[in-house]
Amino acid sequence: MSGGFWRRLLALTRKEVKQLLRDRSNLMMGIALPAILILIFGYGLSFDVKNAPVAVVMEDHSVTANDMIAGLRLSPYLAPTVVNSMHDAERLMLDRKVDAILRLPSDFSRRLGLGDAHVQLILHGSDANTARTIEGYVQSALAQSTVLQGDRAGASPGASVGSVYLEQRLWFNEANTSTWFLVPGLIVLITTLVGAFLTALVMAREWERGTLEALFVTPVRPLEILLAKIIPYFGVGMIGLLMCLLAARFLFDVPIYGSLWLILLVSVFYLFVALGIGLLISAVTKNQFTASQLALVTSFMPALMLSGFIYDLRNMPLAVQVVGRILPATHYMEVLKSLFLAGNLWPVILKNCVILIGYAVVVLAAARLKTRKLIG
Amino acid sequence: MNTQAALVAQGVGKRFVIKKAGRTVVALDDVSIEVKTAALTALVGPDGAGKTTLLRLAAGLMVADTGTMTVLGIDAAIDPQAIQNRISYMPQRFGLYDDLSVQENLDLYADLHAVPHDVRGKRYKRLMEMTDLGRFTSRPAGKLSGGMKQKLGLACTLVRSPELLLLDEPTVGVDPLSRRELWEILEQLVREENLSVLVSTSYMDEAARCAHVAILHDGKVLAQGTPESIRNTAEGLCFAVTPPADEAPRHLQARLLDDDKTVDAVPRGGKVHFVRTRAAVEQDDPDVANLLGTSQAEPVPPTLEDGFMLALRSKVQRDLSSVASVAMSTPTRALKADETVIEVRDLVRTFGDFTAVDRTSFSVSRGEIFGLLGPNGAGKTTTFRMLCGLLPASSGTLRVAGHDLRKARAHARQQIGYVSQKFALYGNLTVDENLKFFGGAYGLSGTHLRERMAAVKSQFELDDSGHAQAGLLPGGFKQRLAMATGLLHAPDILFLDEPTSGADPLARREFWRRITALAEAGTTIVITTHFMEEAEYCDRVVIQDAGKVLALGTPAEIRRQAGETDAQTFDMEQAFIGIVEQNRKASRGGSREAA
Repeated sequence: MSGGFWRRLLALTRKEVKQLLRDRSNLMMGIALPAILILIFGYGLSFDVKNAPVAVVMEDHSVTANDMIAGLRLSPYLAPTVVNSMHDAERLMLDRKVDAILRLPSDFSRRLGLGDAHVQLILHGSDANTARTIEGYVQSALAQSTVLQGDRAGASPGASVGSVYLEQRLWFNEANTSTWFLVPGLIVLITTLVGAFLTALVMAREWERGTLEALFVTPVRPLEILLAKIIPYFGVGMIGLLMCLLAARFLFDVPIYGSLWLILLVSVFYLFVALGIGLLISAVTKNQFTASQLALVTSFMPALMLSGFIYDLRNMPLAVQVVGRILPATHYMEVLKSLFLAGNLWPVILKNCVILIGYAVVVLAAARLKTRKLIG
Repeated sequence: MNTQAALVAQGVGKRFVIKKAGRTVVALDDVSIEVKTAALTALVGPDGAGKTTLLRLAAGLMVADTGTMTVLGIDAAIDPQAIQNRISYMPQRFGLYDDLSVQENLDLYADLHAVPHDVRGKRYKRLMEMTDLGRFTSRPAGKLSGGMKQKLGLACTLVRSPELLLLDEPTVGVDPLSRRELWEILEQLVREENLSVLVSTSYMDEAARCAHVAILHDGKVLAQGTPESIRNTAEGLCFAVTPPADEAPRHLQARLLDDDKTVDAVPRGGKVHFVRTRAAVEQDDPDVANLLGTSQAEPVPPTLEDGFMLALRSKVQRDLSSVASVAMSTPTRALKADETVIEVRDLVRTFGDFTAVDRTSFSVSRGEIFGLLGPNGAGKTTTFRMLCGLLPASSGTLRVAGHDLRKARAHARQQIGYVSQKFALYGNLTVDENLKFFGGAYGLSGTHLRERMAAVKSQFELDDSGHAQAGLLPGGFKQRLAMATGLLHAPDILFLDEPTSGADPLARREFWRRITALAEAGTTIVITTHFMEEAEYCDRVVIQDAGKVLALGTPAEIRRQAGETDAQTFDMEQAFIGIVEQNRKASRGGSREAA
């Protein structure tokens, strides 16, 4: 490369950084939007159920039954309200004041003594996810109470004979906190947003405003123009990533089982893929509106819907799964999730890294080929 | 190759495929030109003539389909980068970064061109002196006025002395004062640095300042050579005549232009300047006396525009008299003497603490052609928008067609036709659909709408293009369609915002022929224009600067106010520059005294 390369790259990068810092809309999208996303996804969007209202119909007023309810009250996930009749409970359910009805029949304590107790649990099924989660919580709360009572009645262990209880274990997300798997997904989203969307927009702006036309008729080479765009927006993407990591560690207490360095390294690979997509889109469309639409549809939305961020890919129709498997975001998501929640699983890391590097090389080369000093 | 030429185009052709319309547009067809070193060469022509395409080919930003483009001895199709290393190019939109300051824009280009730091200081100082931007080095480029942006764009191309400078319409949309400053800078550079410049323009007077001129029309070279050689083709064919005192120059001009032996006729400096065909002059022109009546024509030296019109009319046949006869299809209104249709008193418009229009007063009579002139930022667009009811006034009285615009805006709008600069048409609707839509918007329907549509279509010669998609029409057609939509509801007053920008001279003659015919039929015309010579068609003009009215009157009165005497005659452009400069000097002097 000629001696002017570094000088021109420095001049262009300096210009890019100044523009980035001065244009408020860039900063909003590069820094403020990721921060807002972190807060929304971290606090607002959670699949956890906390303090779920449950109506408890007590038809049995024995001490045993009351102890059982006390057990429910201790659960941080449930907020039981005791009502007197099934009728009242149904009304609460219809008004959506409660998400579930737990009915202890009048012969509850008697049959519990026989080891054959039955309770009725009615769930509001309109939100199947929540319903299933509440079912699990009620089950485990009741089970704990039964064990407790069995211990207490230690003298007569026969009391709990026949009551089978289930001990649940969740692997890789012991707390079953959805923030734990949302945060890696959030990193994917933010990297995509800055890398592909923002970069496509700023580059398309140069085509649209005709500034590139003037820049072309100088000793500048296309590669220098692209590198000068990549450098600052790479920086912005890394800032977004660091914000996510800090939020993950200190705000949401997400454990990081894998190596932090590996997380950074795979993120660098994916960021290059995203930047390449952004530059390629802008070189093809040369128009801000089309570029933003295209970046949204081809990178951001799939990263949100099809990468396994919210919906598990394996539950999708085959065709959608295939599309999902093609997306670089899916591979980044996979390796990030395993690094966060499972540790350094080398086969997963190596496979996905190779795929991401391959993508980066292809899209960056395509962006370079499409960015030519030609108008029209 | 010729060592004297900085650029040689040989048989260059370039076509573009418009996918949507499924047709190809020939932008350049067998164009051969030469740009000499150490001199100014002008590329003249209207919008769509192929100027920008030719410059982009020269800058290596496009590749020619046929022919060769050689710049500084290098084939642009083979090694564009080598050319781009040595030339400078200013695209139409200047290519400035709005977020960067004046200094940062300059530094960027100096870095890219590897201008050594010890040379920069001196170079910057000189550029700042020439462009008068020295006070604004820390201001973001986006906050500069149009004229200043254009000068900064030029300065960025001159951070080092390029071997060839390409400028694409550097003066488009720029007022006469800024235009003159830019040309002074260019001439100084050619003199002092032996700069070779190729500049495209739609102004003939700018081309006349160059050493060499190439006139493009529809992608072909219509004529080229020195301005003298092109001018001299009209030698002996040009005349000037003073109309009788009771006749406006534009009436005599219209009569002359309608004659098929007239090449061109324009009102100029109170007289009518016209060019006859060579055939007519060689036969002693027996018909011209009938056209002139009692007035006597005297021969005058030709201008570059005369030579251009001669070349153009030999290629393009157009009967201008038909334009005027069909123009009469708008219902004629009885002309009452001095009936005032627009009255403006103490009009003020402020934006925050900035006063865009400052206590402006004037009135316009029925059937008058009234021109609003002024440099960029003078307040003419703001005034114009208030007159059309598009922008409320901050204070003052504004009566249009008998309605107080501040109270009965909807009523006033029914009497107003408006043609905006960008021609507000729906590109994917056909001509008929556009007319129907705008007719409906003005409350026309049924038989009445059909009658009016037929009338305006014949008036603007759109009869055959009813089913053509508006967005795909050539520029001249679009302008006619825009005019047709503005006149559908037969308004009392027609507002036209820079309708002739970028139009070729013949299209402009045609346009004005229609306008003068409309005015004769009783429609009042209010118009803004950047072409100062077009002010000659107006009955009266107002010149604004910094929101204030500097001059108001007939073109002759304006010229006298600018200091015209019998010994020294002015054209409208000189008069305009004179008045604006007098006023700026006076206000600067005034503020100095106050300080």
